[in-house]
Amino acid sequence: MELLKLIGVLIVIIGFVLKKDTIATVVIAGVVTGLVAGMPFIDILNTLGKSFISQRTATLFVLTLPVIGICERYGLKDKAVDLIKKTKRATSGRIISLYLAVRALAAAFSLRLGGHPQFVRPLINPMAQAAYIAKHGQADEKTEDTIKGYSAAGENFGNFFAQNCFMGASGTLLIVSTLNEQGYPINALQIAMMSIPIAVIAVLVGIGHNYLLDRHLDQHAKKGGK
Amino acid sequence: MTRNVAIAEFFYCIIALIFLLVGIKALRDKSHPKRISTTAFWFILAFTFSVGPYLPHWITGVCVLAIAALTAANRVVQSASDVPEAEVTRKHADTLGYKVFIPALCLAIVAVLAATFLPFGANNAIGISAAVALIVAYLITKAPARSAVVDGTRLMDNVGPVGILPQLLAALGALFTAAGVGTVIAKGVSAIIPDGSRLIAVAVYCIGMALFTIIMGNGFAAFSVITVGIGIPFLIMQGANPVVVGALGLTAGYCGTLLTPMAANFNIMPAALLETKDKYVIIKSQARVAFVMLLVHIILMYILAF
Repeated sequence: MELLKLIGVLIVIIGFVLKKDTIATVVIAGVVTGLVAGMPFIDILNTLGKSFISQRTATLFVLTLPVIGICERYGLKDKAVDLIKKTKRATSGRIISLYLAVRALAAAFSLRLGGHPQFVRPLINPMAQAAYIAKHGQADEKTEDTIKGYSAAGENFGNFFAQNCFMGASGTLLIVSTLNEQGYPINALQIAMMSIPIAVIAVLVGIGHNYLLDRHLDQHAKKGGK
Repeated sequence: MTRNVAIAEFFYCIIALIFLLVGIKALRDKSHPKRISTTAFWFILAFTFSVGPYLPHWITGVCVLAIAALTAANRVVQSASDVPEAEVTRKHADTLGYKVFIPALCLAIVAVLAATFLPFGANNAIGISAAVALIVAYLITKAPARSAVVDGTRLMDNVGPVGILPQLLAALGALFTAAGVGTVIAKGVSAIIPDGSRLIAVAVYCIGMALFTIIMGNGFAAFSVITVGIGIPFLIMQGANPVVVGALGLTAGYCGTLLTPMAANFNIMPAALLETKDKYVIIKSQARVAFVMLLVHIILMYILAF
């Protein structure tokens, strides 16, 4: 009956796949796993409560919210827009690459740039589309879609791979609390530092990817595929 | 209680205060459709953060069940916030210029400095940096005193109940370990990993993280399962550096996030927002990078961890 213990994993998968409430899914998975393993209910409550208290570290990011909220009110996002608009000799790929680098740096310094709704749609995608039109003339539907896809991808690359470089990021704190709970005494500074190499590599890989986009767009336009 | 624990408890009380204020904001929003239950959610959370450690643990356990019941019933909703208008932020941006980045930079830099040079521990360093950055923010923006409350609760409400997900997932990992889930997964996986093959163990862990993230659409959830089941028994207990395994493990999962429609808010919703003809165009644009990055993770973890 060993395999029955995996029911909690199954519940997590089903809950997330079916988009059920994430908090309830996780709590139910924990309780059911405990019951299946034959833990008395009071022990389950005790384990749940004890680890919830000791894992409060994972929620330390809340302390940074007032600062970020004030900076937003005083024009943080507006200045980020100004910075990106300064692009010289713009091509679609270069604009997306610049945004990727700015986005990664911002993520590493815990700035929440708001991503797709606040940057990609109103700024990055229109600029990348305009750069294509300036160089090759009107784009066909498929090319337009491709540029949109790469613009959104730039946001995701920068955001995902650089965010753990900040000590107070929720991902960083999740790693710390999970490993501490399992008996490995590591801290947030170590995880943040160890996250730097992959962040740098992600930006470089993303820039290469956007360089290939520019080449692809050039060839596509040459073949007359407007 | 040692000095560092006392400082940590102080910061947890500040977090509890922020939760309490979000609850009060909901309570005062008379037009809020789920006013009482939303207030209850934030108050219960504040209770566990502040006095939880001094009570029998099962009481906190009951509180966790209660907040799960509230979110499951969809009873926790954002209340009205004082959101700054676009003209207001633009006007401030023009007066302040790039100085507005300074408080945010302080958050990251002071945290690293405090963790390195002060004897209060890395977790407390985050609280210290938040306090320093807040003072710097006030000096630079000359914002009214209530801004920290107004804007802090606005963002916290915006993040919403999902903000405690990492904490719950770490707790879930603890329950999984107590129940022996890790051992079961480890037994299954040991069939694939030949004895002592570090490279294959690294590959299985990274690919496992990516695959589980593809299925669940959430790297955090994958991390607690796969790290307990594969990362610890096959890497860390074989001598791999836990810092490397943890840091690269989560981002290996993010390679999966780039590939899955399950991560709708990153891959599908933005496509709708950009009005693309092909709703999978973002995933297609990311696929090449996702595979390259996964390979990089395996190589980097193999080199750095042993």
